[in-house]
Amino acid sequence: MEERLLDILEDICGDEIVKENLDINLVEEDLMDSLDYTELLIAIEENFNVVIAPSEVTREQMDTPNKIIAQIKSRM
Amino acid sequence: MGLFTDFSFFVCVAIAAVPAYILGIKEKPIKYYGFMVTIVFVLLAMWGKPVALAYLFGFCVFEYAMSQIYLRVRVRFGRNAGWYYLFLTLSLIPLIGNKLLGLTGNPYHILGFLGISYMTFKGAQIIIEIYDGIIKEVSAFEFFYLMLFFPAITSGPIDRSRRFSEDLNRVIPKAEYQEMFGTGLFKVCMGMFYKMVLATSFYQAMLWLGYGSGLKSALIYMYSYGFYLFFDFAGYSLMAIGVSYMFGIKTPENFNKPFISKDIKDFWDRWHITLSHWFRDFIFSRLMMKFIKHKCFKSKLTGASVGFIINMGIMGLWHGLTSYYILYGLYHGVLLALTEIYQKKSKFYKKHKKEKWFIFIEWFITFNLVMFGFFIFSGRFTELMGRLI
Repeated sequence: MEERLLDILEDICGDEIVKENLDINLVEEDLMDSLDYTELLIAIEENFNVVIAPSEVTREQMDTPNKIIAQIKSRM
Repeated sequence: MGLFTDFSFFVCVAIAAVPAYILGIKEKPIKYYGFMVTIVFVLLAMWGKPVALAYLFGFCVFEYAMSQIYLRVRVRFGRNAGWYYLFLTLSLIPLIGNKLLGLTGNPYHILGFLGISYMTFKGAQIIIEIYDGIIKEVSAFEFFYLMLFFPAITSGPIDRSRRFSEDLNRVIPKAEYQEMFGTGLFKVCMGMFYKMVLATSFYQAMLWLGYGSGLKSALIYMYSYGFYLFFDFAGYSLMAIGVSYMFGIKTPENFNKPFISKDIKDFWDRWHITLSHWFRDFIFSRLMMKFIKHKCFKSKLTGASVGFIINMGIMGLWHGLTSYYILYGLYHGVLLALTEIYQKKSKFYKKHKKEKWFIFIEWFITFNLVMFGFFIFSGRFTELMGRLI
């Protein structure tokens, strides 16, 4: 699951650094804007059957690859 | 008594803050006392306006009833879009009615009371999150406290129900509360300085130098109005946040140095943040998800552009059904769309975006586009254009 998520992230952020540094802050590093975030939520729903509503968690709870993985795992 | 405008208000807040402070340092819940203070301030603010007060009361009860009925409907029928849109529309109807009546001048002041625009966000947010399955119960006390919470009732910042409830039910350690109280006081003082000194100065500059004919006056008007608007609204927001802190509520920040924004997207993460993030989470994101799922547009970029324009168009309408507010919303929608297209398509941008000179030029352009936006928002732009035609 983690690998697939990292592939998705790389695709959305357009930078392979997300696979190398799992604690990189995607918002501060300008890797993910609100549009990308929406795409991420859809991809999570389609790939893992996990629905996260746009307002459910704050951006700070989803701003690194590791945090995103944890959020998905806690819902699987 | 006007909230945050009359001297007597600040005296009353200072007095009301003393028992809150005592409760706070004893680590006792402040919420029941805070709710009582809120009711007193709402009554004082609406003194002599019984009709408006009745509408306010009716509105809150109506929004509460909608959340309660929808909770039950949601349990019974599940994630059903039809019911969801019905209840969402119902929760918005008072505001829509108020705005439409405004077009007629609303001589009987139907649905006219302070804070309706801002309170509607809170009611709608709860309905939307019930649909999402995130909210499973709504406590009457917490609902009415959130709606009426006096520091934020007139003009925000727009808090969210789950965040607000968390603050209400958390025991704040003594040391933390003391620090919060201190920060709160500082924010109130800073807000007063913003509003009473800085905003007033820019307002005077605008009055004395901005009303002549010719381009120079128009430019002076544009820049001084922009700074006036910022210091006035950011000053109010700081005071509202500061007073919230004293009552143990960490109302979210509304401004974060908007004039250093390097592009328009950055600007909307710094200006009236609680409003733009509300729109992002409850309108823009949801619209985009619909577009992508139903493949409404061939290219993602087209979808995003349409999404930005609709989102900001609605924001314009929310400000008021007036030509310049709608124009202001569409202006920002188009700017966001153009920014998105430029940043995704331009090789020049991708190559230079981290270089200092490039960021400086970006900042300079953004600053002036933002100021021009405020010029539209002020109504002066359409007025001057009207005169030309």
